Amino acid sequence: MTADVAVLGAGMHPWGKWGRSFVEYGTAAARAALADAGVEWRDIGSIVGADTVRGGYPGYVAGATFAKALGWQGARVASVYAACASGAQAIATARAQILSGLADVVLVVGADAAPKGFFRPAGGDRPDDPDWLRFRLLGATNPAYFGLYARRRMAVHGDTLEDFAQVKVKNAAAGALNPLARYRKRVSAEEVAASAVVADPLRLLDICATSDGGAALVLSSMEFARRHGAPDPVRIRAVSTVTPRFPNTVLDLPDIATDSAAAVAPPAEPFRPSIARAAYEEAGTGPEDLSLAEVYDLSTALELQWYEDLGLCEEGEAAKLLREGATAPGGRIPVNPSGGLASFGEAVPAQAIAQVCELTWQLRGTAGERQVAEARVGITANQGLFGHGSSVIAVR
Amino acid sequence: MSRKRAPVVVGWFTEESADGDREGGFRLLGTRCSACASVFFPREDVFCRNPGCPGRELTEVPLSPRGRIWSYTDSRYRPPAPYVSDPELEWQPRTLIAVELEAERMVVLGQGAPGVSLADLAIGMEVEAVPGVLNEDADTTWTTWHWRPTGTRGPAEETADATGATGVKA
Repeated sequence: MTADVAVLGAGMHPWGKWGRSFVEYGTAAARAALADAGVEWRDIGSIVGADTVRGGYPGYVAGATFAKALGWQGARVASVYAACASGAQAIATARAQILSGLADVVLVVGADAAPKGFFRPAGGDRPDDPDWLRFRLLGATNPAYFGLYARRRMAVHGDTLEDFAQVKVKNAAAGALNPLARYRKRVSAEEVAASAVVADPLRLLDICATSDGGAALVLSSMEFARRHGAPDPVRIRAVSTVTPRFPNTVLDLPDIATDSAAAVAPPAEPFRPSIARAAYEEAGTGPEDLSLAEVYDLSTALELQWYEDLGLCEEGEAAKLLREGATAPGGRIPVNPSGGLASFGEAVPAQAIAQVCELTWQLRGTAGERQVAEARVGITANQGLFGHGSSVIAVR
Repeated sequence: MSRKRAPVVVGWFTEESADGDREGGFRLLGTRCSACASVFFPREDVFCRNPGCPGRELTEVPLSPRGRIWSYTDSRYRPPAPYVSDPELEWQPRTLIAVELEAERMVVLGQGAPGVSLADLAIGMEVEAVPGVLNEDADTTWTTWHWRPTGTRGPAEETADATGATGVKA
């Protein structure tokens, strides 16, 4: 186990398709998090930005941009990129600075203004880039991979299209209660079934949109929190940022093939479960201790996959867990009480930070209509393109 | 004017000889580490990626010509660039097939051959790697690999992707 860091403040800019700059979303989220923490920007010792990529390098879309927008005050800066896991790595960087004594109080910011339509690789002719190659050779968009995973679950575990639709129904109902969500309308299974197929067997309402949004956290040492008059803050107890182990035998985005297990036996535990296990070990906790989970539901079927990878149920039992209502509000282990990506859409560098914002409000008991009763321990889970694991455990 | 034929990526699959002879059959090409025998596709030519292996000698090896479907899907919407398709033509869905190669113990993704539809596919079905055309531009026919069920007979001669640059129907 490692020492805790305090979550002093959390703030978000509502998700949507606002047509404005990511700087505005990130700055609004940062100001909200600072106000929530009761910390002045000039007292922040370090700012960590979660990057996204434009034209092949993060450039403008990085930490210093937010520091400038908030008003240069000399804080230490770091910028991190890990695709969808960028936000968790920004949190990990801030936490490492705090635990090592490099900084007392750190501002973490991620924001994005998503392009319309499918995510696509940066331009140019780059045959050495697997992300470029999967589009050039196969036209394999992200939803195409989601479709492959969903079909595989149907064949191996007997999941049905109705199960997938019920994930959307659950998350849309939660999102309807969240003023920060982009989609705030309940959705029926019939509406999911009537939406257009994008990547068979998945339909438009099985797949998350791409959104604009911003999220920020003010993190500090426990000692700073006490001095600051917050003796019992939400605490981050673990941040897992593990990579796969060779041979990685589960087809991962953006790869065209898995590793071969011909010469070396595959690890007993595949990549995604290893992400959660590392977090549980670091926190000295386990799935049985959880009050809630925020998981990366890029598709409805992937939410079910996370149930198993987080150990909420045995392999192949996820649809059963859903059908029992265990992951719905009021259930044994509510999943995505925020509404999840189904209700937000993905704003890549902000999303993993937004997951921790939701944990913070839930663990404080200030989540309003979507509050999980007596929430004490929460986990987030996410996976960034190219092998970036991400999971955060927070406690109160 | 005839276009020259060129692989869309060099060294990933066997190329046809000038007269179209496919002696020995079409094969995907990977590499094998001479120290630990790990196989890589796409090919690794410099370092072995087995973390327990210091291997530096990787030799080209043809992959199994056939495998079984691990999963499959299709692209109902036109993929963005760098995928090449003619914006003037209505998009036709294209199957994508992930295939498990038994000997290599790996899964390799590929487009289904032209004319292969979802209804032709099932998890566990045997498919084979066949030469295909990805797209054509002014002077080049870009070749690739496709997966095709072994139980069905596809078109004898694959032409450009029915959804691709030329609009030639397979």
